[in-house]
Amino acid sequence: MAVLELPDWMALAPALILAGTALVLFLIDSIEPHSTNRTLLSGTAVAGSLSSLAVAVWFTVAGVGAKGIENYGVIDIMNGQFVVDQLALYFMIIIAVVTALVTVASYDYLQDHTYQAEYYSLVVLAATGMSMIAASNSLVTIFIALELTSLPSYALVAILKDNRGSVEAGLKYFLIGALSSAIFVYGVSLVYGATGSLQLTRIAAVLESGDAAVGDMGGLLGLGILMLIGGIAFKTASVPFHFWAPEAYEGAPAPISAFLSSASKAAGFVLAFRVFTTAFPLEATTGIIGVDWTLVFAILAIVTMTLGNFAAATQENVKRMLAYSSIGHAGYVLIGLAALSADGGDLVMGAAMMHLLVYGFMNTGAFLFVGLAEHWGVGRTFEDYNGLAERAPFACGAMAVFMFSLAGVPPFSGFWSKYLLYTELINAAADNTVLLVLAAALVINSALSLYYYSRLVKSLWIEEPLLDRDRLAQPTGLYAAIIAAAVMTVVLLPAFGPVADAALEAAAAVVA
Amino acid sequence: MMIEALIAVALIGALVTFIAPNRIAGKLAFAISLVPVALSLWLFAAFDGSGNALLDGELAFESQAAWLEIGDHSVSWFVGLDGISLPLVVLTTILCTVAIVSSWTPIDDRESQFYGLILFIEANLIGVFSALDFFLWFVFWEAVLIPMYLLIGIWGGPRRKYAAIKFFVYTNVASLVMFGSFIALVFGLGDSVTSFALPEIATAMRNGGLDGLFGLSGPTLASVVFIGMFLGFAVKVPIVPFHTWLPDAHVEAPTPASVLLAGVLLKMGTYALLRFNFTMFPEQVEVYAIPIAAIAVISVIYGAMLALAQTDLKRIVAYSSVSSMGYVILGLVAYTTFGVGGATFQMVSHGLISGLMFMAVGVIYNATHTRMVTDMSGMADRMPIAVGILIAGAFGYMGLPLMSGFYGEFTIFFGTFGSELLSYSPLFTSLAMFGIVIVAGYLLFALQRTVFGPYRLETDYEVGRAPVHDVASMGVLLGLIILLGVAPDLIFDMITDAIDPIIGGGL
Repeated sequence: MAVLELPDWMALAPALILAGTALVLFLIDSIEPHSTNRTLLSGTAVAGSLSSLAVAVWFTVAGVGAKGIENYGVIDIMNGQFVVDQLALYFMIIIAVVTALVTVASYDYLQDHTYQAEYYSLVVLAATGMSMIAASNSLVTIFIALELTSLPSYALVAILKDNRGSVEAGLKYFLIGALSSAIFVYGVSLVYGATGSLQLTRIAAVLESGDAAVGDMGGLLGLGILMLIGGIAFKTASVPFHFWAPEAYEGAPAPISAFLSSASKAAGFVLAFRVFTTAFPLEATTGIIGVDWTLVFAILAIVTMTLGNFAAATQENVKRMLAYSSIGHAGYVLIGLAALSADGGDLVMGAAMMHLLVYGFMNTGAFLFVGLAEHWGVGRTFEDYNGLAERAPFACGAMAVFMFSLAGVPPFSGFWSKYLLYTELINAAADNTVLLVLAAALVINSALSLYYYSRLVKSLWIEEPLLDRDRLAQPTGLYAAIIAAAVMTVVLLPAFGPVADAALEAAAAVVA
Repeated sequence: MMIEALIAVALIGALVTFIAPNRIAGKLAFAISLVPVALSLWLFAAFDGSGNALLDGELAFESQAAWLEIGDHSVSWFVGLDGISLPLVVLTTILCTVAIVSSWTPIDDRESQFYGLILFIEANLIGVFSALDFFLWFVFWEAVLIPMYLLIGIWGGPRRKYAAIKFFVYTNVASLVMFGSFIALVFGLGDSVTSFALPEIATAMRNGGLDGLFGLSGPTLASVVFIGMFLGFAVKVPIVPFHTWLPDAHVEAPTPASVLLAGVLLKMGTYALLRFNFTMFPEQVEVYAIPIAAIAVISVIYGAMLALAQTDLKRIVAYSSVSSMGYVILGLVAYTTFGVGGATFQMVSHGLISGLMFMAVGVIYNATHTRMVTDMSGMADRMPIAVGILIAGAFGYMGLPLMSGFYGEFTIFFGTFGSELLSYSPLFTSLAMFGIVIVAGYLLFALQRTVFGPYRLETDYEVGRAPVHDVASMGVLLGLIILLGVAPDLIFDMITDAIDPIIGGGL
């Protein structure tokens, strides 16, 4: 690692900082277990995630792990168990951003809550796991990082112990999570059985070697890959393991819903991007199992986005609407994997990554607004949100920004990511009917999504309030996080160049 | 940097107005909006461009900066003006100021948000007319929707929610169709374009650089894209049968939003048709000339007939816009200097006249709280000056010589009649001219019922004279209408200069 001549393992600093922060939080709690200093706790978590963010941005700008620069190159740690490249750093940035927003917002949300220290340390531990997923390069490290993410998440969903919904959501999330972990790890074992290796680059080497013994294992390998896809579908809330998402997001505290639907989803996608581009080279794998795995992703993408959008359109509960919309967006991002077989597939994947970053701001912000509404105690349905803009124009303005940005309407950055995804998809679809169908599905779903996003804007801004309200409180943390997310959603429109460059480099790091 | 300054003043002004107290928002927004007016008039005076912006013309106030690099294509901030866009920019700034003044009386709720949104629209409208990069243009194009949606939805009439959603969904779906078509076009051009800059794409198109895509041959792809983009813009214009959002939006919108909607937003559609379809696809224009002309004539006649059947003053003016936009399409498809030039002139002229008409209806409504022709009579008695201006505007609409409407329509008919590209052009022209008779019919009918005769509106409040600020801004519009009618060469010269490269000179 050429920056300041540091040892190689320091390249994992963004994840290590998060791990350290979690330990500090435990330490703070063990010093005074019975008193809660929420400023200190929240402040520590925010400081940790912001430092992680700063280091990840610095590394990206400095070219750590960048291909093709002298003295640099992809950093290989522990004999290829971990790698730090532009892809890893890009997703570490997304995860740190979401963690920072969520921990800032939790300051108010957790007021009077008993288990604050536990809450913050679990959030930061889960974020550590997500960061490690981004850098994991072997099926074992991936699985461990995945569990490090999942276990705290189960506890976080159920952390409102006195709230039936929260506990129920936690149990559902845990049961489906455990099932999908089992499926995933079974898939890992099948892949290991077929190729004799767990490290991603070595799996690829074995597949490409043309070894007859591997060639006969096509069925086994295919089943293994299918099961890995199952695990990924759970983490990204995609069909067929999506049905936990509305339940878990609805029952969980809103900042946790924001955290899971943005950061956890991003982590699931970086896992998918890395495993499928590195371990299963398209030609060799298709030669062995006889099926092009991008097809699976194409089908999943269409089904996921359509199901997410149609379900979102019929919801009365705002949080559930956002949950289904987040399933829809998972469908959009899956296109990044579905298009890999075509020329220009790396650009589509880059555009999908851009979408994840922008999504990290706008979706987190939207869920945090729901958190703010819960803090105000206004209720959960669209009708309950009627006319809030008269009392809280700034927060509602921010929410309108998130909604239009999620719908992909300019002048917000969601426009760039969605339209660039579409543009590059058309480019790649030049002679590929499947991708053309995907592009059509993307357009139809985008048009449809406008309905339920604008419906929320209509509730907030246009409808008359159901009951007279006094001035609504303006909790500092929640407001700061929401406004910051909204400002970034707007600012990234003119300043989209660096995001696009970073995402395209991240995609180029794994797609040859 | 002048265009950037223009947009920045409106944007910053919008932000300032948003956070200003409601009490002063109206006056503040008016003061701010005078800066773009002055700037755009200065641009008009200092204009030194020539030729067409998309076809190797000399751009005025050009500036370009890199934005994104996506694969083999770059996106840039690229703005500049030519003889087509400059008059529309001036129209935009003037109408926005007029719209702000016209809101002083009717808007009494959440003022700072209202005026902020108007200034925000202004910034985006200027962007639409000056952007020369497709993505930049599309950002401005779409960004107009949100503030207009909110203006109709929050401050509109009784059915405002329905009208706002309808407006938003119609135009946004149309934009998606148009966007998809255009992207296919860019990739169909292959290596001959390296950016989304409109001049580069237009030049490549006219050099026949279009290869096939999706298994379609070049000409087929061109036809598909042409039709896709035409449909996309047709909703915005609007052309029959995509016009149904317009009367709803207009009737429910508050007066200032109607002024902007009819005055400028409709011109976005015809401007885009001229910039994209009629500049980039000369061959397809020839192929589809007859169906387009037929739709245009149907829009003229059908729109006018619909207007004839209305009893709501605002609906009359709204439907007559459908009719007027039909003339613009007819002029475009004639593809002669006078046809396309007249169409562009008509965009400006109709912007001023319909802005004036909507304002007048708004002023009457503010005083009487009704817009029904059947309710009113003898308004000239109570508000002589305002009604005088309304009558003058109506005659402008009917095409009275020495007013801008006459010159716009006359040049369109003149250009269309002699069109070589459009077969049966004399037939289409004569059919469209019949529309003028109907326009005169419904306007005279409405005026006769509402304005003249004895005053007999029964109200429990005093119906007095129109406020001075409303009359003054209507007077300004009327002055401009007459100015352009007397001296059309003020803008017609620069328009034809920008149009000649598209059609290669001629009539």
